[in-house]
Amino acid sequence: MASRVTQPTTTGTQIRRAIVVAYLVLLVAWPVSLVVLKTFEGGLTNLQTAFADPSVVFALQMTVYVAVWAVAINTVFGVGISLLLVRYDFPGRGVLSALIDLPLSVSPVVVGLALLLAYGGSEGMFGPTLESAGLQVAFAPAGMIMATAFVSLPLVIRELVPVLHEIGTEQEQAATSLGARPWQTFWRITLPSIRWALVYGVVLSLARSLGEFGAVKIVSGNVAEQTQTATLVVEQKYQDFEQGSAYATSFLLAAIAVAALVVVTVLRPKENLDGD
Amino acid sequence: MTVDTTLAPGAVRKRRSRSATSLTRSSGLGLGIALTWFSLLVLIPLALVVIQSVDGGWATFRDTVTSPQTAAALRLTVTQAFVVTLVNVVMGTLIAWVLVRDQFPGKRLLEVIIDIPFALPTIVAGLVLLSLYGPQSPIGINVANTERSVFLALLFVTLPFVVRTVEPVLQELDLEVEEAAASLGASRFTTLRRILLPALAPAITAGAALSFARGISEYGSLVLLSGNLPMKTEVASVRIMSYIENGNAAAAASVATILLVVALAAIVVLQVLSSVVARRG
Repeated sequence: MASRVTQPTTTGTQIRRAIVVAYLVLLVAWPVSLVVLKTFEGGLTNLQTAFADPSVVFALQMTVYVAVWAVAINTVFGVGISLLLVRYDFPGRGVLSALIDLPLSVSPVVVGLALLLAYGGSEGMFGPTLESAGLQVAFAPAGMIMATAFVSLPLVIRELVPVLHEIGTEQEQAATSLGARPWQTFWRITLPSIRWALVYGVVLSLARSLGEFGAVKIVSGNVAEQTQTATLVVEQKYQDFEQGSAYATSFLLAAIAVAALVVVTVLRPKENLDGD
Repeated sequence: MTVDTTLAPGAVRKRRSRSATSLTRSSGLGLGIALTWFSLLVLIPLALVVIQSVDGGWATFRDTVTSPQTAAALRLTVTQAFVVTLVNVVMGTLIAWVLVRDQFPGKRLLEVIIDIPFALPTIVAGLVLLSLYGPQSPIGINVANTERSVFLALLFVTLPFVVRTVEPVLQELDLEVEEAAASLGASRFTTLRRILLPALAPAITAGAALSFARGISEYGSLVLLSGNLPMKTEVASVRIMSYIENGNAAAAASVATILLVVALAAIVVLQVLSSVVARRG
């Protein structure tokens, strides 16, 4: 990738370059920068107002709580299922591999509806049973974690599967033949070689989880200071004409997500695509 | 780099050793746990949506999807997602091309910009677009509460899909093949049609499928931007939301089922198209 022959700059190249830059500026860069400007319009006032608002602070804490749980679940599940899909043969593997991507094509609103139908307190399929056992899922953090885990489920897996295919099993086999136990092989051989893909997948899941809106809106019931997350607060503040707080909270969410992506893009070593 | 690196299996990828073993006792247990979780979280709830949609008989389903407001919402959603996907196929491929083949200062910044729509919470995406294309637009363009706001929002949130699927394939492509074609007298257009397009087709269609599926299911970015006007700017997801809020789960499930079916159909159609283009090259 690095050693591409640079093509001569022709008029065509310049036109293409100009179109792409103009398109991205108009669609993304300019609007995003306007939100940043609006956040800091009166200096730090907007951020201070937002942080002085208990419902905003609560929502931010709730968002972090839900996102961390969802990402933790997806990481464990993602590593496990990726290893199973790549390293083992079992009936239905192809079907499972296709189904894993399903959450990417499902509307967040449908996700919310689906979880309510399964775990809703009064009419859900499992809801009443779980509630009599003392576990409330719908309109409670458990449901919000499930909704968030649902929408970001494929992200870790999609990063890991190609890398696992790529690294092959020779080193693992060597470790095993030298007497390493399965856990040792995993910690010492497999994990180090999928490290970057895993970090990248985790960061993508985190960004997606912090920003989930539709599914959580339905499953949480959207009650301020009880089940409201940061994205839900943005909507409410905007509609209540507290635009300063809406912009400040948006800015915070966007800054975290973008910063995480940039850090990982910079840190991640470039794969050597040409050599083999 | 975000959305996908897993194209159609075996598209470009080299597989060094494919030594899958059959399940051991511990991996079997792991598979059991993973499948249980996946079923509880994804499969059973989604199946319940489909079941719920026909639970009250076909009449409920038919009445819901043929009611003028819901039909209009479905039509708007599918049309806008389709148009946006077409734009993405052209612009996404062009952007990927420039990012891979062109060198200029600030290219790294463009790479980050491409990922922003993916990282940004959807509600924030709506707010972001509203700041440049809303009532207080500094350039005097106000699309808020019009059909164009739906188009704009979908264009924003689906931006990375085609770019990120085409980019890695373009990087793998040998420049020599194109040079050989050119040296044998092929015009730029012939090279594009006979060499590049067939090679890129699977990636473009994979990106297009993701983009379309995301487009028809979008909700968050439209909430603040489109105004959700019935018969005019209301999309299918918003319809589902209001059915849920009114406690009409059967109707909500009916619209949701349509969305699921359309998404699946689009993925299948694009797969077929892709293999046709790739073969004809």
